[in-house]
Amino acid sequence: MTDLEQIAAGAVKRALAGGATDAECTIADGAEFDVSIRMREIETIKEAGSRGAGIRVLAGKRAGSSYTSDFSEEGIAKMVAAALELARITNEDPHAGLPEECGELSADLKLYDDAVAALTTDWKIARALEAEASALNADPRVINSKGASFQSHLGTRVFANSRGFAGSYRTSSCGLAVQPVASQNGSTERDYWYTSSRTAAGLESAEAVGRKAAERAIRRLNPRKIATQKAPIVFEPRTARALLGELFDAVSGSSIYRHASFLTGKLGEKIASERLTVIDDATLPGLFGSSPFDDEGVAARRTVVIERGVLKNYLLNTYTARKLSLKTTGNASRGLSGNAGVGPGNFYIEAGARTPEQIIAGLPSGLYVTELIGSTANTVTGDYSSGAAGLWIENGELAYPVSEITIGGNLKQMLLDLEQAASDLEFRGSIAAPTILIREMTISGH
Amino acid sequence: MALSESFFAARFAVTERDLESYLGEALSAGGDYADLYFEYLSTSSISMDEGIVKSATEGVTLGVGVRVLSGERTGYAYSDDLSPERIRKAARVAAAIAKGPATIVKTGFDEARRHDLYPMLRAPNEMGLAERVDLVKRADRAARAYDPRVFQVQATYADNLRHVLVATSEGRLTFDRQPMARMGVNVLARQGDGAPQQGHSGGGGRVTLDFFWNEKTPEYFAREAARQAIVQLGAVEAPAGEMTVVLGPGWPGILLHEAVGHGLEADFNRKGVSAFAGRVGQQVASPLCTVIDDGTIGSRRGSLNMDDEGVATQRNVLIENGILRGYLQDKLSSKLMRAEPTGSGRRESYQQIPMPRMTNTYMLAGESDPEEIIRSVPKGIYCTTFGGGQVDITSGNFVFSASESYLIENGRLTRPVRGATLIGNGPEALKYVSMVGNDLKLDEGVGVCSKEGQHVPVGVGIPTLKIDRMTVGGTAA
Repeated sequence: MTDLEQIAAGAVKRALAGGATDAECTIADGAEFDVSIRMREIETIKEAGSRGAGIRVLAGKRAGSSYTSDFSEEGIAKMVAAALELARITNEDPHAGLPEECGELSADLKLYDDAVAALTTDWKIARALEAEASALNADPRVINSKGASFQSHLGTRVFANSRGFAGSYRTSSCGLAVQPVASQNGSTERDYWYTSSRTAAGLESAEAVGRKAAERAIRRLNPRKIATQKAPIVFEPRTARALLGELFDAVSGSSIYRHASFLTGKLGEKIASERLTVIDDATLPGLFGSSPFDDEGVAARRTVVIERGVLKNYLLNTYTARKLSLKTTGNASRGLSGNAGVGPGNFYIEAGARTPEQIIAGLPSGLYVTELIGSTANTVTGDYSSGAAGLWIENGELAYPVSEITIGGNLKQMLLDLEQAASDLEFRGSIAAPTILIREMTISGH
Repeated sequence: MALSESFFAARFAVTERDLESYLGEALSAGGDYADLYFEYLSTSSISMDEGIVKSATEGVTLGVGVRVLSGERTGYAYSDDLSPERIRKAARVAAAIAKGPATIVKTGFDEARRHDLYPMLRAPNEMGLAERVDLVKRADRAARAYDPRVFQVQATYADNLRHVLVATSEGRLTFDRQPMARMGVNVLARQGDGAPQQGHSGGGGRVTLDFFWNEKTPEYFAREAARQAIVQLGAVEAPAGEMTVVLGPGWPGILLHEAVGHGLEADFNRKGVSAFAGRVGQQVASPLCTVIDDGTIGSRRGSLNMDDEGVATQRNVLIENGILRGYLQDKLSSKLMRAEPTGSGRRESYQQIPMPRMTNTYMLAGESDPEEIIRSVPKGIYCTTFGGGQVDITSGNFVFSASESYLIENGRLTRPVRGATLIGNGPEALKYVSMVGNDLKLDEGVGVCSKEGQHVPVGVGIPTLKIDRMTVGGTAA
């Protein structure tokens, strides 16, 4: 056992000695580095580390939780005492309890890369400077910048419970982002591009990130506001992913058991177009949503959520599984303490065969959405509405930028109306999607 | 209050000599300015779902952030341990931003001015657990009793108590004890086998529990959440396109937060990336509009005795009769722009660098009777409750999402409509304000503002407002 695993197991033991019938302890320890530069000068450098521990105790069917950043024996003792005290004021919940079966993947998920820890401050600053310079040099219309940043993070996550589970894993991540500002004829627009990876070698080149960010900002210049209408909508991967994030809540066990999802009671039914397959997989090596075990010590796995339009599985933790008389899918998620919620592993839309260009080429007109702001999805009803910006499609080509519009629809219908998922799936976070085409949504403009 | 009487002296034996030595370490490689932000945060939260108190959590985090300014550069480091060795180490890391001979730190501290907006003997966080659990139980009962169609209720209560100390290399020392408490109620209702609808309500502030006992009770929030869910049962599709929008008083003031507030934060303007950059003195709203950001309003959620750089908060006029008057400043931006600080430097925690932020942002009342405003609209939409919002600072485009709205037909409210997003452009949208009500109201106290990943509590408010033209993002095209 590592030192941190021993602290976690010790806290669990202390809780049992204090009268708990079960207990679980989480520890997170992390170090962050963040440099931001702007207009070719360093703006901020931040570097520090911190850690925290959390415990959840069960006194029969009553739960109590607490957390602390004080790892002294006294600090841990206080944390445990607070949780035990809180378990006196909560009510008995017949479904509360630890998982029946804990475990972890034995395969190396490649979540930690020594090379990230070895990156020097000067190297990181140089990448941020290079990315911004690449954006500023890409085109004379790029006249300003909201800056560029390089961030890295090293972390350890530890979990132990009173059923004998104790495990930990290390993670690393690094990322580079740049936000150029372009201006022409009184129109000023910004956009951003970024690269992120669990490994140092997995990053795209700073030059390419800067160039792509500049292209994105430039193509937004002098946008038009279009008329209110119904039209086909193409979501590029960045916006498709945001949309998929809304679907996550609708398939999450915590919404389902409360009847707070439009997908409640739909298991086994056709709820989407045959072109849509959605998977959650926490076992893919090197990705942001992977982990050997979830936040209650259940081994990670792959779950088919939607298979060619049919709802196959909800995503569940132990509690929501019990509420629904199902089995956990290993999707427990929490901060340091409290009852576990439900979170994604790598939650993604399976790629299709056609390229995004082919999909756009097939549309006489439509909207290509490159940015969503202030999106609201009502998981209960499926109502969806969002501010949007992007490019108008005319005769199969991206014709001109549009902004200050909204797109609206209902997720139930949007799922059925998904006509294409393109081939360009890539994992930039724990939720991932390729370009997708939705047959029709309402655009609000003039 | 002298340092010796402060929380950090009593609890962690922090002395003026310690503070001087940390600041000395922070400026050991030069730099113009350094500060220390000590924070001790205790939190508690209780939640009830399906009539069961399912969760109760308490916790403590503490730490100190060390910042060094050198020209336009900021060095930052923090420690989650208040031992002198760890703080000195953080100070050395932050110091690396400057490259030169040490800057001499002034010895001795003067206590800086601050307000006393939320004096209280015992903050909610220091009260008994039973009294706080009772609040969620009452909310649960009241929501269920409101209407038989209510079938799911989630009630939450959360509070925290934050002790802070700010010490600067200019020899200023400030302390504050910042309480906060908030309730929330989420309700689902359905008619027969029909589709469920939801309603949400909540509120709080820098208040004692007395606020929930005597002013805004759990029953008040519960009934409001249940009422919204029931209204939604009869809602039709929201309209799409440009139309006249009337905003009800209170929380719809989120319009100001998104349309102008963020765009007037000094950092964006100093860098020339805000749609409002260089527009002080220009007309950016109808002459009926005067917009204020005020951190000094009693026990409001967005209020503070001092900002997170130790500067007393104040009432800042952002827009006066439609003319842009000024920006929200923190220390760095005010130094670089040669402007006065406005008490707007805020941060989420000791792990974060402060930046210019809003406090309570509202519009002054006008002269119109709210009913007359609605009567004046032949066709439009009346929005009374909102979810969140977002803005693209550079283009100025902003959105905010209405969760309770009604169609206005021939000057009368007819049918409730489903959720819809409203979109506009910051420097343009308020030019279409044609009537301002005499009914200014501040929100109930639930606002959380997010900027560059940092979340801070804020407030908003407006009187009833008529906007002649705005794009409504419904689905009924």
